[in-house]
Amino acid sequence: MSFRRLAQGGRIDRRRAVSARFDGKPLTGFSGDTLASALLAGNRLLVGRSFKYHRPRGILSAGIEEPNALFTLGDGATTEPNVAATMVDLVDGLIARSQNAWPSPDFDMMAVNSLLAPMFQSGFYYKTFMGPRKGSWMFYEPFIRKAAGLGKATDRSDPDRYDMRHAFCDVLVIGSGPAGLAAALTSGRSGARVVLAEQDSEFGGSLLSASDAEHEAWRISCVEELKSLANVEAFTRTTVQGLYDGNLAVLVENRSHLRPDARKGQARMVLTQLRARTIVMATGAIERPLVFSNNDRPGVMLASALRSYANRFAVAPERRAVILCNNDTGYDAALDLAAAGVAVTVADHRPAVSAEILARAGTKGIAVFPGSGIVDVEGTKGVKAVKLGGAHAVTVECDAVGMAGGWSPVVHLSSHGGIKPRYEESIAGFVPGGFPSTHFGAGAMMGSFGLSAAIAEGANAGASAASAAGFGRTRPVYAPEHVTDRSYAILPSWTPPQEAKGKAFVDFQSDVTLKDVKNAHQEGYLSVEHLKRYTTLGMGTDQGKTSNINALALMAGYRGITIPEAGTTTFRPPYAPLAMGAIAGRTRGAHFRPLRLSPLHDWHARNGATFIEAGLWKRAWFYSWAGDRPETAYVKEMELVRKGVGLADVSTLGKIDIQGPDAAEFLNRVYVNGFAKLPVGKVRYGVMLNDDGIVLDDGTTARISETKFYMTTTTAQAGEVMSWLEYLLQCHWTDLEVEVASLTDEWAGMAVSGPKAREALALAFPDADLSNEALPYMGCRDIAFDGVTVRLLRMSFSGELAYEVHVAADYAISLWEHILKAAASTGIKPYGLEALASLRIEKGHVAGLELDHRNTLDDLGLGKMAGKEKDYVGRALRFREDCQSPERWSLVGLELMEPDKKLRGGAILFAASDEIKGHGRGYITSVTWSTELNKFIALGLYTGGLNHVGEEIIAAFPLKNEQAKLKIVSPHFIDHEGARLHA
Amino acid sequence: MMIPCPYCGDRDVSEFRYGGDATKQRPQHGTGDLKTWHDYYFLFDNPKGPHTEYWQHVLGCRRWFKLARNTATNEIGGVVS
Repeated sequence: MSFRRLAQGGRIDRRRAVSARFDGKPLTGFSGDTLASALLAGNRLLVGRSFKYHRPRGILSAGIEEPNALFTLGDGATTEPNVAATMVDLVDGLIARSQNAWPSPDFDMMAVNSLLAPMFQSGFYYKTFMGPRKGSWMFYEPFIRKAAGLGKATDRSDPDRYDMRHAFCDVLVIGSGPAGLAAALTSGRSGARVVLAEQDSEFGGSLLSASDAEHEAWRISCVEELKSLANVEAFTRTTVQGLYDGNLAVLVENRSHLRPDARKGQARMVLTQLRARTIVMATGAIERPLVFSNNDRPGVMLASALRSYANRFAVAPERRAVILCNNDTGYDAALDLAAAGVAVTVADHRPAVSAEILARAGTKGIAVFPGSGIVDVEGTKGVKAVKLGGAHAVTVECDAVGMAGGWSPVVHLSSHGGIKPRYEESIAGFVPGGFPSTHFGAGAMMGSFGLSAAIAEGANAGASAASAAGFGRTRPVYAPEHVTDRSYAILPSWTPPQEAKGKAFVDFQSDVTLKDVKNAHQEGYLSVEHLKRYTTLGMGTDQGKTSNINALALMAGYRGITIPEAGTTTFRPPYAPLAMGAIAGRTRGAHFRPLRLSPLHDWHARNGATFIEAGLWKRAWFYSWAGDRPETAYVKEMELVRKGVGLADVSTLGKIDIQGPDAAEFLNRVYVNGFAKLPVGKVRYGVMLNDDGIVLDDGTTARISETKFYMTTTTAQAGEVMSWLEYLLQCHWTDLEVEVASLTDEWAGMAVSGPKAREALALAFPDADLSNEALPYMGCRDIAFDGVTVRLLRMSFSGELAYEVHVAADYAISLWEHILKAAASTGIKPYGLEALASLRIEKGHVAGLELDHRNTLDDLGLGKMAGKEKDYVGRALRFREDCQSPERWSLVGLELMEPDKKLRGGAILFAASDEIKGHGRGYITSVTWSTELNKFIALGLYTGGLNHVGEEIIAAFPLKNEQAKLKIVSPHFIDHEGARLHA
Repeated sequence: MMIPCPYCGDRDVSEFRYGGDATKQRPQHGTGDLKTWHDYYFLFDNPKGPHTEYWQHVLGCRRWFKLARNTATNEIGGVVS
């Protein structure tokens, strides 16, 4: 049960020693090693414990399909769990830890699970913990999660840097095995821009694990020519994680081996969104294990992995290996191991083996047992011997077992687009079910396992891809001379010759056994999707790369149907596990989403504003002059506006310039109320509906001239309204001569509000006539101030005498400062979003919280605004039956009746006689302290609305177990007659 | 998915907003009873295969246009006039 480093051979650089740390101890190896090969060379066979049973596990594979050797890399904030050791370059300073074992894989306390094994059969969790007692799962779950599970992610922020880029190419070649190299080079020779993506650290695919010098020379000449072509970009350690519509491929390059330093701007991973005209898939194939008792013992590996470790990494079993196969490729491993000095025995499931193979095996002293298979494995933490059954019932002492169960083409990417793979009887595997016209496949992924076939198909696919991308003739790549493709001759065999007592694993990572699949069948979980969910098969980080086909075939066997009849599960991206950081890229922290800032932002920041996020905007919430706590500061700011004058930034409002001979007609159509006859120099409040009669937005529009209007929208709906206007004009009302342009970012707006607003503006603009006659309520005028156009709009959101002052964004700060300075004698000060919103609640103005895309005009008490004589968008559907129900939730004002209690937005409203249960009769949309009424007031939506004025109702907030009594009142808490507005 | 904006050329789908079925005729402004508008607004076929839709290049030139798209394969048939 041991492995050793061979004295010579392999692709490792023995002159460059590497030292890393594994489980706190030094781990040495050579440049060119993977973490897996270094562990194996150091004879560390036991590398982890299995997921459910905590069975000792070793390395199974030499590639991306690895289910067992998953480690946690790094430490502290750089911790990265569940990384396959087979895909990690051994580099100086690498830190790795084993997982799912405590205190160590060698001595695992949790291995007691193995003794309880009968409990842990498939469906165990569901049956035991899901009931019958309600809440069982809640009770047991924490214990189960602790016992089972993979590595643990850190909760600290990842200090590494991840980059994302967009790229384009003519031909993307995925995989650099013989087919991929031939495809990339053939298409590259046509002049097409080619990207070659290889997940391994070197180009060559299966050639890297072969031992033929002539083939190696061919590989090197291909790679060198590719590197010489300026139109070819070739990437190693780059996995194509998914293919999406429009030939978008997502590539993730892992640069961890360079130990990149984020502080120097070096990225650990780079995600590329590559748009390719054509794609050649040369993704190869993954070898399948065979199912027999104790086939998970450390040292039982894929035959191709044994071959790979011997040829590529110069690591081999100490004395003897047993190769178990059902096809001819098992002999590749057998012959190469024999050449490396390992004694080899082959157990071949097939009763007849070709004379040629027997002869070749014979010359190397390899004993072959046809018609035989492994029944059981001896040894727990390593292989001591195997018991054969079938034609030859002998026991063979050995250090390792290589399983050659046949090859599964990697059809993941070809399936991402929704084309189901097709079962190909002759190779006992699934191949792509077809390709769209710009996709091509070559080599093992198409089921062509021979070298010359792969190269020919690759060259062919490369030429076709280049041609489909618009490039002309090219010179194909040819296979080296004297290549004879070895036969495959698989005889599918899914079960051992006889069953033994030990567990026979189908899925190593999810700990699913032959018996589990049997159970699933017996209990009626027949479809592949049910099998998967019932047994957790294929649900691990390896997504069943080595297990799915075996499980599928077993189930088909139990059901007495064919494999294609049993079907496959769906392949979805990502192809392999990847770090969340790679997906997030730089879209994290402050860069998580775009940030919008008012043109006045810098002033707010310099003058004591506390900010709050509102959608994408960062807005001034309250100012330090009013205090340092929001709940008291906004009340002071409200008082400022109600008694004196305040200045607020309203630049976030949507602002739209509307021009053209038909502009008035256009507005008259989109607003429910009339705009056709709005005089020049006047502003009007307006409401828009969607076609379905539901309120879209409210806002104001000023008529600047006969053909020019200036619209404001709510902050939240600015983009939506703009798109809507464009849609109507461009798609439907193409006869109207109107142009719309957004000025939201180009213009700033500020509200001057309060009884002293006119006095303040007069001080700021001494030359302007601001009298009631010259600028009445809802009047507007452009004035020139200091050579700059300033737009004055006399309108109010607060209910006080108020003006909005709009100006091009570049002048915003100087104008704002000018108003504050010039009007200082009025006591003018800035007020923030909280006060702004509270003032409008007192006035009963609806805003985003009330406009929830479910209310009608009548729900908001605005039904009377709608024109009776004219048509407007949404008119017809406004009158549909369910929009007319008197029981609709509609706008009410609410006053708190119990002064010692609190009101909360979102509280559920109930009638006094209701049981406090369920969705109630409505909810509170906005709450504020009223400085005028000296109590908490709110706006809300309530069944039947103002028909219930005067009633006492209950607001319940179950999350805090709060209830409070309210009274329904008119939503206009102050100044019903509007005397202040017209002052 | 790449969408050919009639002004800007091929752009990524993330620059666009979807605007719904473009095969339906919007009733003329000022005409149409409740049933006409109801059928226009609420009743849609849900074709699997070729379809014509409204799209807007909202993060670009802001042009609205009709686009032929296969709803089953996402193959783009191009801009429809």
